[in-house]
Amino acid sequence: MNSRIRPALAALALAVAVAAPARAQQLTGAGATFPYPIYSKWFDVYHEKTGVAINYQSIGSGAGIQQVKAGTVDFGASDAAISDVALKDMPRRVVHIPTVGGAVVLAYNLPGFNGRLQLTPDVLAAIYLGSITTWNDKRLAAVNPGVPLPAAPILAVHRSDGSGTTNIFTLYLSAVSSKWKDLAGAGTAVSWPSGVGGKGNDGVAGVIKQTPGAIGYVELAYAKQNQLPMAFVQNKAGKYVEPSAASVTAAMTGVAAQLAKDVRTPIVNSPAADAWPISGLTFLIVYQDTKDAARGLTLARFLDWAIHDGQQYADALDYARLPEAIVKVNEGTLKMLTAGGKKLMAASNP
Amino acid sequence: MSAGAPTSEAAFVVRREPTRDAPRRLSADDAFAAALRIASLAVLAAVVLLVVETLRGAGPALHTYGWAFLAGREWDPVAERFGALPYVVGTLVTSALALLLAVPFGIGAAVFLSEIAPPRLGATISFMIELLASIPSIVYGLWGVFVLAPFLRTSVEPWLIQHLGFLPLFSGFPFGIGILPAGLVLAIMVVPTVTSVTREILRALPDSLRGAALALGATRAEAIGVTLDAARPGILGAVILALGRALGETMAVTMLIGNSNRMSWSLLAPGSTMASVIANEFTEAVSKLHLAALCEVALVLFVVTLIVNAVARLIVLAATGGRRDVAGAA
Repeated sequence: MNSRIRPALAALALAVAVAAPARAQQLTGAGATFPYPIYSKWFDVYHEKTGVAINYQSIGSGAGIQQVKAGTVDFGASDAAISDVALKDMPRRVVHIPTVGGAVVLAYNLPGFNGRLQLTPDVLAAIYLGSITTWNDKRLAAVNPGVPLPAAPILAVHRSDGSGTTNIFTLYLSAVSSKWKDLAGAGTAVSWPSGVGGKGNDGVAGVIKQTPGAIGYVELAYAKQNQLPMAFVQNKAGKYVEPSAASVTAAMTGVAAQLAKDVRTPIVNSPAADAWPISGLTFLIVYQDTKDAARGLTLARFLDWAIHDGQQYADALDYARLPEAIVKVNEGTLKMLTAGGKKLMAASNP
Repeated sequence: MSAGAPTSEAAFVVRREPTRDAPRRLSADDAFAAALRIASLAVLAAVVLLVVETLRGAGPALHTYGWAFLAGREWDPVAERFGALPYVVGTLVTSALALLLAVPFGIGAAVFLSEIAPPRLGATISFMIELLASIPSIVYGLWGVFVLAPFLRTSVEPWLIQHLGFLPLFSGFPFGIGILPAGLVLAIMVVPTVTSVTREILRALPDSLRGAALALGATRAEAIGVTLDAARPGILGAVILALGRALGETMAVTMLIGNSNRMSWSLLAPGSTMASVIANEFTEAVSKLHLAALCEVALVLFVVTLIVNAVARLIVLAATGGRRDVAGAA
């Protein structure tokens, strides 16, 4: 018995010894929680296809950027593009690679109301500014002709924790309302002029579900999975749009020219006809130049896969695919990735 | 058995030999004492490190805002203007509300348990009360969101607005989320602290006190009054300990308070506490000053709780005349 086991053990030891140098087959990343469902799907599929194991920790966009800064991860993930000021704080040049888009939607709780709730940018800003406080306000009635709204007070719910979702929503409000821009501005956490805050998507949804008369913003995927009613919002082209992954992709196409110049350009309030106005991109953040060529190549190949083959998994998870124009922008970015000054992708795809 | 006895005898003799060796025996004791010393110093080091790291993290905010940080009413991460007043006030108001509600109930329960209830019933009830203390705060938070908030929204708050709405304290809309529900949940969470410490204090009082009061013709209620009077400093210590817990409570408060940085006179309005703003904003704070401001809030909270705990210790020690068995209960 023993003599049979021994060769087996020796073979195992050999296998381990051979496998050990293949450390470049492992990548680590950290950051945003919003894209975590699709990222974990990607890492799963990619591991099966290529054997590259990617360890991702969804610790939040801010913390992810900190990890990139500290050099403890191969890539970071953030829902908010890094500002010019923060970019200067980075030890080396980093690049943004948008991976998928997402919609921020307005979910509400109006018992007995089965119609379609329509909001214009002005009305939405007024609700969050605290100047519209009841559902039967004249301005709300004017944009919802023929559907009587109850005389209940409005509770505007926002995220109390810093989040990329808040960033997209406040970028939108700042784009459509100069008053909002002056008073609160845009960011992952802002000084809210009215309403209450819930922690996380679940916290906001919890307050909405528990409070008749509440309205709040959550991610599309979250609202869909929890079957919350969602408001239609009038976009820049004047059309009332239902939030969906397709209307986010339309929003990206509408600002493709600006994205080609700077991929960090917000895609809110896109001029495209079918665009969902409260849309955003989520990014992977990597150093343009890596020290470890093998790891750098593994990472670049994964990114290349994610922006092409990876896109097919977006729909099922309620994320928006990148339009062809943005994929092109990403291809350009990936070609610029280097290791010790030598181009990575040129070496792999001659 | 008989075979075993000589062996153990031999072992005893063998082992006894080195015990006469004084230096060796001392060194074993020394090692033990050193281990204990290291253990206690490690705890101390953890506290010191905590303070040093928080101070270091708060550095930029301390430098930028100075004392104005405590008085600033604005908390705007976009414009990088930070003032902690809404959070300091929110923490103090929710804690005060909690004590206002918890102290009468807590002391009442303690008096019943130590003075009136039959011992077996008293033991059962105090076990139940102490069980309350071991429920994780997120469970209180969930209960608050799913039970307390709807109840307040449909029954209590409309009544308050209708009958007491002329007071700024009860103006606004009945949403079931805000300072009032946060204070109520905190009250339930600190009742066990008040009750169990007060009960220990009352039990530590000599029976002769009660006997003397009754012998002088006092009614039972008057005799309880006499004991409570004697226990007053200790009970104050219990209250301050409860305050310490209420000040630092995070999860349940964050889920119920509405997380708004605006200050309002109304108990029905949303608010925010020092602990809740840290829990909310720390993970996604990117700018240096924002992180530093949150660290400074932590520092303020740390100092407040430190003071509260120190005062509680002193009061309980004074009340019990330094008797360790009672003081230890605190």
